[in-house]
Amino acid sequence: MVTIDWRIRRLGQAAFTVWAVITLSFALVRLMPGNMMGAMVTRLARQGINPARARELVELRMTIDPDAPLLPAYVSYVSNTLQGDLGQSVYYSRPVVDIIAEAVPWTLFVLSWAVFISFFIGISIGALMAYWEGGKLDVGLTSYAVLMGSIPFYVLAILLLIFLAYRLSWFPTGGRQPIATDPGFNLVYISGIVRHAALPVISMLVASGVASLGMRGNSIRVLGEDYLRVARLRGLSDITISTQYVARNAVLPMYTTLLISIGEMFGGSIVLEQVFQYRGVGWYMLSATHQRDYPLMMGGFMVITVAMVISLLLADLTYGYVDPRARRSQ
Amino acid sequence: MTRNSETPTDDDERMDFEDAIVSDSETDADERIETDGGVGTPFEVVSEYEETRRDRYRKLYDAYIYAPISIIWRDWRARIGFTIVALYLFMGTVGTLFIEPTGVTEGPALAAPFETMEYPLGTDNQGRDLLSQTVHSTSTILKMVLSGAVFTVGIGTIIGSIAGYKGGMTDTVLSSITDVFINIPGFPLVMVLGLMFDDQILGNPFAIGILLSVASWGGLARAIRSQMLTLREESFVEASQAMGIGTPTIVFKEIVPHLMPFVVINLTNAGRKVIFEAVALYYLGILPFKNLNWGSILNQAYGANAHARPDAIHWFLVPMFSIVFISVGLTLLGQSLDRVFNPRVRARHEKTTADVETEGDGETQTQDAMGV
Repeated sequence: MVTIDWRIRRLGQAAFTVWAVITLSFALVRLMPGNMMGAMVTRLARQGINPARARELVELRMTIDPDAPLLPAYVSYVSNTLQGDLGQSVYYSRPVVDIIAEAVPWTLFVLSWAVFISFFIGISIGALMAYWEGGKLDVGLTSYAVLMGSIPFYVLAILLLIFLAYRLSWFPTGGRQPIATDPGFNLVYISGIVRHAALPVISMLVASGVASLGMRGNSIRVLGEDYLRVARLRGLSDITISTQYVARNAVLPMYTTLLISIGEMFGGSIVLEQVFQYRGVGWYMLSATHQRDYPLMMGGFMVITVAMVISLLLADLTYGYVDPRARRSQ
Repeated sequence: MTRNSETPTDDDERMDFEDAIVSDSETDADERIETDGGVGTPFEVVSEYEETRRDRYRKLYDAYIYAPISIIWRDWRARIGFTIVALYLFMGTVGTLFIEPTGVTEGPALAAPFETMEYPLGTDNQGRDLLSQTVHSTSTILKMVLSGAVFTVGIGTIIGSIAGYKGGMTDTVLSSITDVFINIPGFPLVMVLGLMFDDQILGNPFAIGILLSVASWGGLARAIRSQMLTLREESFVEASQAMGIGTPTIVFKEIVPHLMPFVVINLTNAGRKVIFEAVALYYLGILPFKNLNWGSILNQAYGANAHARPDAIHWFLVPMFSIVFISVGLTLLGQSLDRVFNPRVRARHEKTTADVETEGDGETQTQDAMGV
């Protein structure tokens, strides 16, 4: 039985992780070798700002006072962060929260399509492979799955960029929206957005390879169950058995994988958005890393972490509803 | 995806090991002094032969090396996987002795591949030989894979098995740490850490391997912990405890060997993950590098707009092929290992090759009934 107690504990764990990440980012900024604060002050000073003013600016942007004793500095950093004040980007001279809030929908747009399409394909292929296990189709599709699982998504992304965008010009070569069209609910703009998102989404199809192997394994396990023999004896048709019995029971464990992979793709979006110059959260985090724009970099890191924590939390908390068997065993 | 990977246990092998362990403990029993001096009950019968160190190694060799290899060699995936990985090992070790490191303006810029014998894979825009770049980066990447995979699996196994075996407070603390690492997205964390420690990891592939494993041991630790929870209830563990064997000995000498199959499979997955992440970080230009490797070749190619130039496509394809090919090798190897260690899969496949054993019987019937 899922007890209230268990859910509260799981929530507490998620909160603990978020706290741990905030603390980690504080420690990195404040204590790490090379002292990022010092580096930022020197950089601003080199641009002709006097050192006292530079220090003030850095303090303001990082929401960390470099001279304050450790504990008060930590407390104010945590409370600022929890209130949504992630400091100000050094490079863009805008609040980090604004930049990220503007970028998140784009990343989510690409990722949600990528996750759902790759899982739909993965699950269908996995079920087919399991049903004809050992046959020619299984061997063929397994090769597909192994190959897809062995290609890093960024390799596929670059190949798609080269062939479909540069060679064939079927898709735009970068960016996230068409230039010279009015943003809004008009056909040109929306189809432009879809075309810009198409290649990043297709690159994530490599995830379908991994998903299909998982689905194949699950289905094979289900195929060995006694209730299938009973179903067979009852004279149910192949189609009923494969959809109602096998697929349904095998797809349930994939639910967790689905939500976990959303979290993981958030991390992977850094590479993907770099390849396609798609300005989402990952793109900004990478650009911040290259610019040594620490407030923006840490902000991106925290947003990605929180996204992952939330998706894992959702997976754990809702799994009992999706699969009643899990509720009994918990 | 180690996070929720299935956890195959091998009952057959476990039986073998139990036998081995029982005979071990019997040798230990020799030294015990019987208080009443009698040997009347079956509990006090001792082994009739002394197991020497050599016998023990031989047994371990049979169980861990000879048997698995002979089983998987029958599988085509294993043969291909083994061959590919061996090829890379050869390239990364012996290959570097034969092929000279390349330098700028060694050849013409962007020579096409497969045209001259001098530059079989062509050259980049500064005239550096791509074959030489590939071969020399193989050894760097292999070092990363080695340290990364060993670290991921080592830390995952140690933390997971201690947490699962000890329980109580130790478990709570270790599991909380594990959960934090599972919940933190690995790639951005490694990216941030790589930036912070760029002086320490410059030109040190082993350090980069360890850095990459910082984020990836969590899933394995959790899986090992759950395996440990069932294993610690086994009778041979209870027997060892009753004999007063120390906890570390019980955990690492008696229980962990049962988890070995699982650990070995994860080793190949961890290796593949290290390659993917290392190459991605080099591609993004985050990790500093002294010598070119697959990732930094991609980075330079992208930086030089090779994706927009038709004559430069080999500059991308050569490192990409290197990555995908070794990863196919590791995947196939991992899959075939899964087949060796997963009794259910093995039972299902035995019916196609040999006579059906009693254990696989039920499943075979189901299969027949399913018309498979």
